[in-house]
Amino acid sequence: MDLSKLTALEAGKLIKNKEISVAEITKAALENIEKTDGCYNAFVSVCHDEAMKQADMVQKGIDDGTLTSPLAGVPMAVKDNMCTKGILTTAASKILTGFRPFYNSTAVEKLENAGAILLGKLNMDEFAMGSTTETSFYGPTINPWGENRVPGGSSGGSAVAVATDQAYFTLGSDTGGSIRQPASFCGVTGIKPTYGTVSRYGLLAYASSLDQIGPIGKTVEDVAEVLSAISGHDSKDSTSVNQESLKFNLENNVKGKRIGIPLDYFGKGLDTDVKARVLEAAKKLESMGAVVEEFNMPELEYAIPTYYIIACAEASSNLSRYDGVKYGYSSPNFEDLTDLYYNSRSEGFGMEVKRRIMIGAFVLSSGYYDAYYKKALMVKALIKQSFDRAFDKYDAILSPTAPTTALKIGENLNDPLKMYLGDIYTVSVNLAGLPSIVVPCGFDREGLPVGLQITGKAFSENTLMNVAYSFQQETDFHLKKPVIKTGKEA
Amino acid sequence: MEFLTTMGLEVHCELSTKTKIFCSCTTEFGGEPNTHVCEVCTGMPGSLPVLNKQVVEYAIRTGLATNCTITQYNKFDRKNYFYPDLPKAYQVSQLYLPICQNGHIDIEVNGVKKSIRIKEIHMEEDAGKLIHDPWDDCTLVDYNRCGVPLLEIVSEPDFESGDEVIAYLTKLKSILQYIDVSDCKMEQGSLRADVNLSVRPVGQTELGTRTEMKNINSFKAIARAIEGERKRQIEVIEDGKRVIQETRRWDDNKGASFAMRSKENAQDYRYFPEPDLVPIEISDEWIDDVRKSLPELPSQKKERYLSEYGLPEYDVDIITGSKYLVKIFEEALNVCGEAKEVSNWIMGEVLRLASDTGTEFEDIKFNPENLGRLIVILKNKVINRGTAKEVFEKMFTENIEPEQYIKENGLEMVNDDSAVLAVVKTVIEANPKAVAEYKGGSAKVKGFIVGQCMKQLKGKADPGTVNKIIAEELEKL
Repeated sequence: MDLSKLTALEAGKLIKNKEISVAEITKAALENIEKTDGCYNAFVSVCHDEAMKQADMVQKGIDDGTLTSPLAGVPMAVKDNMCTKGILTTAASKILTGFRPFYNSTAVEKLENAGAILLGKLNMDEFAMGSTTETSFYGPTINPWGENRVPGGSSGGSAVAVATDQAYFTLGSDTGGSIRQPASFCGVTGIKPTYGTVSRYGLLAYASSLDQIGPIGKTVEDVAEVLSAISGHDSKDSTSVNQESLKFNLENNVKGKRIGIPLDYFGKGLDTDVKARVLEAAKKLESMGAVVEEFNMPELEYAIPTYYIIACAEASSNLSRYDGVKYGYSSPNFEDLTDLYYNSRSEGFGMEVKRRIMIGAFVLSSGYYDAYYKKALMVKALIKQSFDRAFDKYDAILSPTAPTTALKIGENLNDPLKMYLGDIYTVSVNLAGLPSIVVPCGFDREGLPVGLQITGKAFSENTLMNVAYSFQQETDFHLKKPVIKTGKEA
Repeated sequence: MEFLTTMGLEVHCELSTKTKIFCSCTTEFGGEPNTHVCEVCTGMPGSLPVLNKQVVEYAIRTGLATNCTITQYNKFDRKNYFYPDLPKAYQVSQLYLPICQNGHIDIEVNGVKKSIRIKEIHMEEDAGKLIHDPWDDCTLVDYNRCGVPLLEIVSEPDFESGDEVIAYLTKLKSILQYIDVSDCKMEQGSLRADVNLSVRPVGQTELGTRTEMKNINSFKAIARAIEGERKRQIEVIEDGKRVIQETRRWDDNKGASFAMRSKENAQDYRYFPEPDLVPIEISDEWIDDVRKSLPELPSQKKERYLSEYGLPEYDVDIITGSKYLVKIFEEALNVCGEAKEVSNWIMGEVLRLASDTGTEFEDIKFNPENLGRLIVILKNKVINRGTAKEVFEKMFTENIEPEQYIKENGLEMVNDDSAVLAVVKTVIEANPKAVAEYKGGSAKVKGFIVGQCMKQLKGKADPGTVNKIIAEELEKL
């Protein structure tokens, strides 16, 4: 049996039934990473020893009955912007070279308490700034579905580790589409929960008011189980919502569900294959009993500038603490304090991060605050209202996740504006704080996956999971696998 | 040319909550460097703040005690700047919606009453401390103070003299201590003031260009800084130059201020709403509860002491000026019921001993109830006033129990008239010369005889009784 092909829940069941030990499956997963990751670069660091040690402890917990979660013993990996106690946490930035936090992020802690085994930390765009995982200090991650294709970003490592069966599930973070777009590019399932559902404690902040942690997995069932494990109020995060962890009751039934198709999401710039696959998915849901209707959402065109103003403003402040004084990279070349700041940050941050810090510092500076930041907050409120109106009529909104399928490596890296425009269908969801799930819905002419984005009103994760689950019950796109390469070089 | 001075104050006050504003680290002063810290107050990556509700409560108390309006929907903002004592490179503060607004504090200088308007009070976090190590020629950072809650109390530019500033600070300090939100120890930096000052020629209506002097940490230094800066600005203007809007550092040792940075080089703090914290909503009920829990404030106490106890206004001003003297007064009064007597002890012995021993009022150690008991003991003529003063000094320095101390040292008065009589007789017999002079009409001699008797009685007799018996005995001669 090839253990790596199992879903997280299937693996958990075998472990529970003592058909395999936690050590066996962990060792197999580590070997698999060793064998394949030279081709994909999904991992920034692999924690072999810690994982094996953890496996023994978890096995004891399972044996003595204290660990009963369906995820107990299941190997996972998390994006490198989540703090892991004693384990390198770099956000794929040079400036965090050697940084080992002495605390866990709440999401990781909850999974460890459930008995999941941490295999390592996943590659990403530096500080989650990017849509291709090319801005990583540790080099780009490679999409397994095509030659020289990006996996999307910023949670590219999280999507690829699942798509290549390196980890049974992963955690990503989504500030403007960073879980959904790579899930779409890599043919896997990922959800960005409602803002405040998963604690942000221990997540290295990019844009605090938009960041949200979420799972990526092979199926909706897996993703639902993980979200259930990581959600719930956390007294250490003031913005975490005061609610119990989510519980899902999945059933294959979309009868009577009202589904809206925003026409503005299907206009100029959308690849014809992507458009066709998404509309076919809508037809499929209609055939399953959903009520599908088209409508207009003109505020969409303001989403990108609004997003980049707010996200960059918060980022410019959030990233100020990386100054070369206390931890991480510190420039050896300095005469005085200003020099130390200047050189550490100039040498420690990559181009895209610097670009966003500068945009952010500019829009917050005196004289420009009202014209940019304040106005962006007003547009953000309008976008939210526009979604509110839509959800008066619909249980969910269907749309493409990105205008295209996976791009070629290097294609957009030097054209930031073009890269930003690729976020058009995802950023408004973050601005409105809504939940949104992406499931595979077919392939384009080149065999690259297309992802269907299903967005709901705040706290409607259960509805979204059910629509997505029903879709997966009636389709097999999520079961298709790329050919997984082995060896050292891509 | 005659000049008018206009000043405004920004006072930073460290709150005496047990834990920091956004984490559960202790706020205790001192401690080995970087031991009162965690990932939150040192701004480690991924850490998030959680607001200490006590800080909001203390801010509301302060707002109500200074006649402010409480902003029922208020928010935190980030003030961004790079400095090694600020580990996140931003300070969480309140710019757009501060918790308290539009208050005032009433002061009195040389009999003239004046109201100083308070523009706003906002909550913020303190920064760490930089310590320069001269041996290694490097600067070290201690983050213990990082995240200690602060209130910044901003006045309107209503001050026209240094005396007004000092009167305001004295009153403010006393209010903050009364309502138990801060210990206001200037030497530990828990109360710090920035002074904005401008001068203008008499007759000119618009204000002159102001400078700001930062972090001056004693009332005396503030008075000197104001005088020094006022003179400097007048000289600048009289030299035909213009005052530059800038931040200046007052060097109290050199008695002069030095430019730190001008407005042109002023930092752009890029304020924006703190996204890691949710807005603070303060209900009417909460405000009412805090209002009910407020103790009697200095001005209210003053009125009551004047009408209820008929004490002199000067004494009342001194006592109600300090929460610690009030505590002594009220607790002693509770025991003995003699307001005038307690007030006299405070105005006399307490102030004298505090000044002689260099003790701040807050550091006075004796149990005020013991003062009340001492007054009762004195009233019952167990000891005389001279002895009482000795006992009090022991109480003040060693916090002894008066009854026990009097007993152990045998200080009770000799209340046995026959014992006094015996002593008087001995003294008269032993001093025939003095007796003769007395008979010759010298009244002074009586004092000598009284002194001799008291000496033999070791001061433990009621002077009235001694006098009476001496008079009787001398009559008999």
